[in-house]
Amino acid sequence: MRSLIGSRRTAPGHRDPAPSRWAYRMQRLWLTPLFRKLLRVGLPAFAVVMTVGWYLAEDGNVQALVDGASEMRREIENRPEFQVNLLGIEGASQPVADAIRTRLSLNLPISSFDLDLAEMRTTIEGISAVASADLRIQSGGYLAVTVDERLPALIWQTRDGAALLDDEGVFVAWLSERVLEAPLPLVAGEGADHVVGEALDLFVAAAPLGERLRGLVRMGERRWDVVLRDDRRILLPEVGAMAALDRIIMLDELQELLSRDVTRIDLRNPERLSVQLTPVALEEFRRLRTLSMQGEEQNG
Amino acid sequence: MSMLYDAQRAMRAKRQEAMRRGVIAILDIGSHKIACLVLRFDSADNFRPAEGVGAMAGQSSFRVIGAATTRSRGVRFGEIDAVQETERAIRTAVQAAQKMANARVDHVIVSFAGARPRSYGLVGEVSLQTGTVTEHDVARVLAACDMPDVGEGREVVHAQPVNFALDHRTGLSDPRGHVGNRLSTDMHLLTIDAHAIETLLHCVKRCDLELAGVASSPYVAGVSSLVEDEQELGAACIDMGGGSTSLSIFIKKHMIFADTVRMGGDHVTSDISQGLQIPMQDAERIKTRFGGVMATGIDDREIIELESDTGDWHHDRRTISRAELIGVMRPRVEEILEEVRARLDAAGFDHLPSQRIVLTGGASQLPGLDGLASRILGNQVRLGRPLRVQGLPQSACGPSFAACVGLSLFAAYPQDEWWDFEVPADRYPARSLKRAVKWFRDNW
Repeated sequence: MRSLIGSRRTAPGHRDPAPSRWAYRMQRLWLTPLFRKLLRVGLPAFAVVMTVGWYLAEDGNVQALVDGASEMRREIENRPEFQVNLLGIEGASQPVADAIRTRLSLNLPISSFDLDLAEMRTTIEGISAVASADLRIQSGGYLAVTVDERLPALIWQTRDGAALLDDEGVFVAWLSERVLEAPLPLVAGEGADHVVGEALDLFVAAAPLGERLRGLVRMGERRWDVVLRDDRRILLPEVGAMAALDRIIMLDELQELLSRDVTRIDLRNPERLSVQLTPVALEEFRRLRTLSMQGEEQNG
Repeated sequence: MSMLYDAQRAMRAKRQEAMRRGVIAILDIGSHKIACLVLRFDSADNFRPAEGVGAMAGQSSFRVIGAATTRSRGVRFGEIDAVQETERAIRTAVQAAQKMANARVDHVIVSFAGARPRSYGLVGEVSLQTGTVTEHDVARVLAACDMPDVGEGREVVHAQPVNFALDHRTGLSDPRGHVGNRLSTDMHLLTIDAHAIETLLHCVKRCDLELAGVASSPYVAGVSSLVEDEQELGAACIDMGGGSTSLSIFIKKHMIFADTVRMGGDHVTSDISQGLQIPMQDAERIKTRFGGVMATGIDDREIIELESDTGDWHHDRRTISRAELIGVMRPRVEEILEEVRARLDAAGFDHLPSQRIVLTGGASQLPGLDGLASRILGNQVRLGRPLRVQGLPQSACGPSFAACVGLSLFAAYPQDEWWDFEVPADRYPARSLKRAVKWFRDNW
């Protein structure tokens, strides 16, 4: 009997076409759809995830990645295209502009990525003399700040000093800090800053008084006194102050009330206008009255 | 008998699972070649058999997506002889077919010719409980067939009811719905050697495949080669293979007899090899190129050179005429055909209404074989080629693939067999319980 084992290999020129058992199995496995999908999609995905996971498992690698990313970001941010070189402030007077510069305290040039425009705007609007601000970075590295400044409308005399208020009653600056271009009306008294509008209206109405008007005083946080020169006062009512003032001015024009020797004109009760005379006038008044009474007696 | 039921039913269940999966492999293990086809089944409702169309038309519901052939090794007389060699050959064929199909197959239906098939005719008879024949009655009459003594170590491969008779009416193909008193059936039982099936199972298992069915090669060759009227009126299909020549007789579209002559084309080759003293490969080549069985005058002048490489000048330059070659081949072919004749006579083929004989298989391609066969077997001989099935490559359309194609048809449209019917309920102990439940339901 010929040997069964090894005869296949020794016989020359007779290649066995049969696949080995493992080759056959591998081919069948490869033809299995699930296995195929697993190998072609699942294995590469798994390898990628494993590699990334293994790389990230070391803290140093993560740090290096983060550093590299931030370095790259830094480089991009520091490019000259993104630099802000100049700060321009429009619509603000010199002291306000200086205050804004001081408050922002930017050390230019600076990257525009480092500028938080919203926060800067809040900062600028925190300055009391600024009503609103508009910031934008323009081409050429120019940071334009457009400021809408509060304009002082009147002077409010307080115990701490004279403050400038705008037409909404908001504090603008101390009088001592500013040089006024034009004289401003003067108010005093507690709570006067809450009713600035009314005060301004009264000042407009009191324009005919001219030089005689010194200012307004808020009394008891409810009504106004018009203070004239020589410490004469017009006590306006709580309600209808404007009408009362008009009435006084009318009386002044007709009867020259204010030219007479009165220290106080009390309009608090609109039904009854009362006048306080100066002591000299009061004496004269009494004398005249006595005279007139005597005359009546003589006539009578 | 219940063991037989179980084994065959397990294979039937596997076949149905393969159908669901859509891919099944067909393996024809022959002595000369092993052929593997991979079939893809379309959805079941894709094909609806029209009225009057027989099972033969079932080929449109599947498609051949892979085909491969390899030279058979380790198979002799149509049965597996060297297990490992056969296993390797099966693996070669299956791998190539899978590669062509680009699909993995897990289930395989196998046919082979050898293992000494033996046919039995069985008769069963029952009286009907109700007047009308129901499926249950069919199962009962099939169960009433008494199993013949098939002998030790034999296994049943086919058990097909071929005829039903109701009272005095016979020739019913489907008795269900008929009214009568006594139902009887004729059944054809085909047994083969059990060790052949065991060896086959071992080979298939070693190839990581599951056996989803076994068919006898003469049966499937007849299914593919006989046309419909031949199957209906009666015909014999002779599948001339390499190691064995198998024959099957069909009537009324059922196989009623199958047998095998353990001689085939390889014996002709070996005769040439011995007679002319040339190697088997050269003998095979000369047989296929110049072979024939009817010598004419011109064959004397056709000279065939017998080249060899021994170094002997005279031996290496021998020539023979084609007539001499035919003279060597013809006695063996005649012997095969005479043996077939004897088997047909023993089966009572003379008594069939039509005696058509169809020659198919690889060895039937010998020129002049139909003339020789008509002298021996009778004058109604024709050469058969298998049906055309969808997707089959041109190279696999010849008569040598008759069993392959037939096996594909068999896989797509299997014949009703014994084990396809339910075991009669009176064999079950659960019957009494069922009856109690039924009584309960009827009365309450």
